[in-house]
Amino acid sequence: MSLPLPYPFDRDYMQLALAAGLVVAACAPLIGAFLVEKQLSLLGDGLGHLAFAGVAVGLLLAYSPLWSALVVTVLGALALEYLRARGKASGDLVLALFFYGGIAAGAVIASRATAEGQSVNVLPYLFGSILTVTPNDVWLVVGLGAIIVVSVAVTGRALFAIVVDEESARVSGLPVNLLNGLLVVLAAITIVAATQVVGTLLVAALMVLPVASGRLLARSFRSTVLVAIGVGIFSVIFGLAAGRIWALAPGGAIVLVAGAVFALTAATTGLRRGSIAAILAGPGH
Amino acid sequence: MEVISADGICFAYGSEPVLEGVDLHVEAGEFVALVGPNGSGKSTLVRILVGLLTPNAGTVQVFGETPRKLTDRARLGYVPQRPQIAGALPATVSEIVAAGRVARRGWWRRPRRADRDAIDAAIDAVALGDLRRRPIGELSGGQQQRVLIAKALAAEPEVLVLDEPIAGVDAESQRLFRDALVHVVRDRGGAVVLVSHELGAVAEDLDRVVVLKRTVQFDGPPSELAATGVSLGIHQEDLPLWLETLR
Repeated sequence: MSLPLPYPFDRDYMQLALAAGLVVAACAPLIGAFLVEKQLSLLGDGLGHLAFAGVAVGLLLAYSPLWSALVVTVLGALALEYLRARGKASGDLVLALFFYGGIAAGAVIASRATAEGQSVNVLPYLFGSILTVTPNDVWLVVGLGAIIVVSVAVTGRALFAIVVDEESARVSGLPVNLLNGLLVVLAAITIVAATQVVGTLLVAALMVLPVASGRLLARSFRSTVLVAIGVGIFSVIFGLAAGRIWALAPGGAIVLVAGAVFALTAATTGLRRGSIAAILAGPGH
Repeated sequence: MEVISADGICFAYGSEPVLEGVDLHVEAGEFVALVGPNGSGKSTLVRILVGLLTPNAGTVQVFGETPRKLTDRARLGYVPQRPQIAGALPATVSEIVAAGRVARRGWWRRPRRADRDAIDAAIDAVALGDLRRRPIGELSGGQQQRVLIAKALAAEPEVLVLDEPIAGVDAESQRLFRDALVHVVRDRGGAVVLVSHELGAVAEDLDRVVVLKRTVQFDGPPSELAATGVSLGIHQEDLPLWLETLR
């Protein structure tokens, strides 16, 4: 049943896309804010590549690719955090391992599925297929989004304390390893929820770009998160609209809108403060 | 009451010994300075005291328990040497200080009135009340250090361990820093262990000075150290210069 929304959201498929997109737009920056401040902006990319391998597993087993992606990405996220936290490898090296390992495993497994005679089209998972989401897909995204929002509502203050200073948080008795593990699991859930919206290759952009804009516009962590969510929602609405109006790939359009918002914000705040380079400098600079 | 008890502590990074047979005992209400030349093992010792490192030999107890198994860890406050707080972190003074209260109230609980009062009191204790809504990145280095002290104070710790917290900060911040630590020791009966090369601001308030260079070289009141001709203040034979001779 269609809601009486104006063009370009007047059709059922656009409304389903909008519903799924808005949930992802709210959840991705919520997790991304913590990842960016922990200097783990690329974690979403690494997990996105793993999600692709999970999708391929689902295609091979003729099982729901999103559920298999969820299992593989959550397990991979925990392994990644274990290696990072135990200092078994440097953070960027661990991410690189998952980047290449995930995409290579995905390609190999998908090729096996093709060899076994299954019709395999991985492009919708790589770049999103938001216009094909079904009501069941929307409910899955809403369910995953609810897990993310409730988890952050309960653990957000403790996660922020770890962002501020992990060592003193550990000394004060916060379960730092547990909370770091929870954060990467929530990131994995966000990735899977966003797979149909923007695809596994672009999903990290929705976790990082709105937060990058929020950091420039806000003066507190709380308002950074709220502004980032606002930018995410704006990007989904205008990206979807642009996709329908000009027949563009909606996933890419959403990310480009988010990128444009950041560029515009950086340029205007840079002009105001006198240095774009200083603003682009991330945490720790 | 003894709040920190360390006996026979040995620690090595690889084959390089850093601490050998170090003893340190701190009573409630004591203000102890831990000094030594660079590489003397000060930071390693305090990281052992707060449970971030495990000694190769020896025993450590905080409130009668091993630091890692401390039942109520919020009783122990810690300000690390190079806190990972980034000037670019988009967070206000209030948000940073409130982060120090999370473990004390239970990390899954929402803040209550008592938590907000403790956070406000901690901010006021370091004279940053007017700047509580200011982003941390807009503060001077000295003010940022005071925010970190306030963050530790917000948990109302009974033992506060600070590792080089005032390196390079201005005189006004040093005075306010001194006031905050004296408040912990004299008004609340807590204990403070301060690692610092710059003891001038707190020289008159210290109960003991412990000089470390792999082993404990001196442990006693500042007056005894002064009797050896070493001053904690700004003199020709002041502490930092004397520590260099220990190398």
